[in-house]
Amino acid sequence: MVEQKLSAQNAVVAAPAEPESRERDSIDHDASLRGFARRRHRELAVAAVAAVAVALLPLAIHDVYLQNILVLTLMYAALSQSWNILGGYCGQISLGHAIYFGIGAYMSTLLYTHAGLTPWFGMVIGGGVAALIALTLGYPFFRLRGHYFTIATIVVAETGLLLVLNWDFAGGAQGIQIPYGPDSWAHLQFARDKLPYIYFALGFAVLTFIVTFAIEDSKWGYWWRAVKDNAEAAESLGVVVFRSKMAAAALSAFFTAIGGSFYAAFVSYIDPDSVMGFQFSLLIALPAVLGGIGTLWGPALGALVLIPLTELTRSSFGGSGNGLDLIIYGVLIMVISLARPEGLTSLFARRRGARAGLEARAKQ
Amino acid sequence: MTLQGLAQILASGLLMGLIYALIAAGLSLIFGLMDVVNFAHGEFLMLAMYATFGIVAATALDPVLAAPLVVGAMFVLGAFVYLAVIRHAMRAKANIGMVQVFATFGLGITIRGLAQHLFTPDYRSIQTSWLSGRTLDVAGVFLPLPQLLGGALSCLSFVALYFVIRRTDFGRALEATREDAGAVALVGIDKNRVFALGWGLGAALVGIAGSVMAIFYYIHPDVGAPFALIAYVTVALGGFGSIFGALAAGLLVGLVEAVSATILEPSMKAIGIYAVYLVVVFMRPRGLFGNL
Repeated sequence: MVEQKLSAQNAVVAAPAEPESRERDSIDHDASLRGFARRRHRELAVAAVAAVAVALLPLAIHDVYLQNILVLTLMYAALSQSWNILGGYCGQISLGHAIYFGIGAYMSTLLYTHAGLTPWFGMVIGGGVAALIALTLGYPFFRLRGHYFTIATIVVAETGLLLVLNWDFAGGAQGIQIPYGPDSWAHLQFARDKLPYIYFALGFAVLTFIVTFAIEDSKWGYWWRAVKDNAEAAESLGVVVFRSKMAAAALSAFFTAIGGSFYAAFVSYIDPDSVMGFQFSLLIALPAVLGGIGTLWGPALGALVLIPLTELTRSSFGGSGNGLDLIIYGVLIMVISLARPEGLTSLFARRRGARAGLEARAKQ
Repeated sequence: MTLQGLAQILASGLLMGLIYALIAAGLSLIFGLMDVVNFAHGEFLMLAMYATFGIVAATALDPVLAAPLVVGAMFVLGAFVYLAVIRHAMRAKANIGMVQVFATFGLGITIRGLAQHLFTPDYRSIQTSWLSGRTLDVAGVFLPLPQLLGGALSCLSFVALYFVIRRTDFGRALEATREDAGAVALVGIDKNRVFALGWGLGAALVGIAGSVMAIFYYIHPDVGAPFALIAYVTVALGGFGSIFGALAAGLLVGLVEAVSATILEPSMKAIGIYAVYLVVVFMRPRGLFGNL
């Protein structure tokens, strides 16, 4: 394999025929590398400022309802970033991520209610199990292309949903209620105060952001984008396509399951339809798609716009069964996806060059 | 199990399979034409059922007689949806696939909200049809007349579809636009017109299914989603782009569902369908008859 990679590199180096043009290329290359490093530093700085700002928000927001929206926004930002690792960067569109979320939610909850183990432990176990399942499924699934792959992910998630619905030990269709206990970090239970949940969700969002940030400039990041761009071409240049997809799937599933465990602790009640339904798989992907698929900021930006709007319309118009909340929500999704097909992040690509680069990236 | 029991399971499965095929046909047609998976397909089905219910409630016509009106209205709706929404989704330069998925997903949610708003989330059903509750007894195998009508209409629709695609100018324009939407402009075919007609036809097909299903199934704003899910699997199983693959896959799905409802618990019957899909695509990654 090493030989293959070396020969591929030689082929790339040997490509420019005239020495002059090669020199010019290398100068541009250095400049663009510097620009890239500058952009990465700026992104990290903006993220740090944003994280600190969010951490200070609870000082101003005491309303439980608004704190709830904050928690959900952060959670969806993190979940969608997890989805983005596989769907956005590696280009494998999964619409079955609800199964990983469900594994996380059920694993930590079952271990807590039946064995008394702390949700922190269940969270790690759930993440590990989800990653293992992603690898097991990936082995046959990654042979499939495009819609055939996507429908396979839907089908597996639906099978999981039906199995849990009929699994009496896990409460069947009724689901599981986590018994109330005293507020504690060990049990991840805070019935009276939402503040710890905000910090946990913030930590989760920051973690997925940092992981994605690190991946962007790592070997895996380049491999994944190459696989997304053109799997055959990538393979011919020595990218191990299959292993790339597997790594992205495992990482993506792991973090999605962590989100599931957190959600279960946060709402302290889970049932199969609400944590494993097909709609939920779409909801995980939605912020990344609306914000900018395969971009670092897309999921967070998408969640920031989508989740508060969803929650506000739901509380203003929902519940009465008159469907107004659904109409507003549906029109919102349609309008954003039609008006900003490359995602909301494109609004911030002010400079011509930056916008062109972003479009090229989104196109991949 | 008796032989008669087995025949009953197979007959019910085949009849339901024909209806699944009819629902999937519209989806497959639209996909084959322009590579778009319509995530509002289940809501189209739901609208057709409500339209049937509305006409029956307003005019006291038999739902069977209301069907042509419903199908015509669905055709107009499909063409309108293309012109108002999908046409704009096709313009996206970046990640066009996801734009289409979520534009149609948003459309589906909007339609569901509208249905809840206009018709309330109450469960409805039509019991006034001449066909309601009647069955045909063939050597001890009971075939409900509404399902039988659905199966017959499904067969007729596929025959008609075959002639439209193979024998008419519209069908040739459809095939040509599917092959190369840019080149057809050179021979004077307006691709937007073909796409709009294709969406109209796709919606009309699911309209046929909806107007029959309104006779024997409950009607509710959320009724479409599970059928849409089966339709996606059916289209993929038959192979994207192959309408007649959808017919074969629909029959297979109906049979598998009927058999697994007997073997497994009825609530788990869909698992049989999913297993068949996975087994088939692992052996044939482009479905049974896929060419895309």
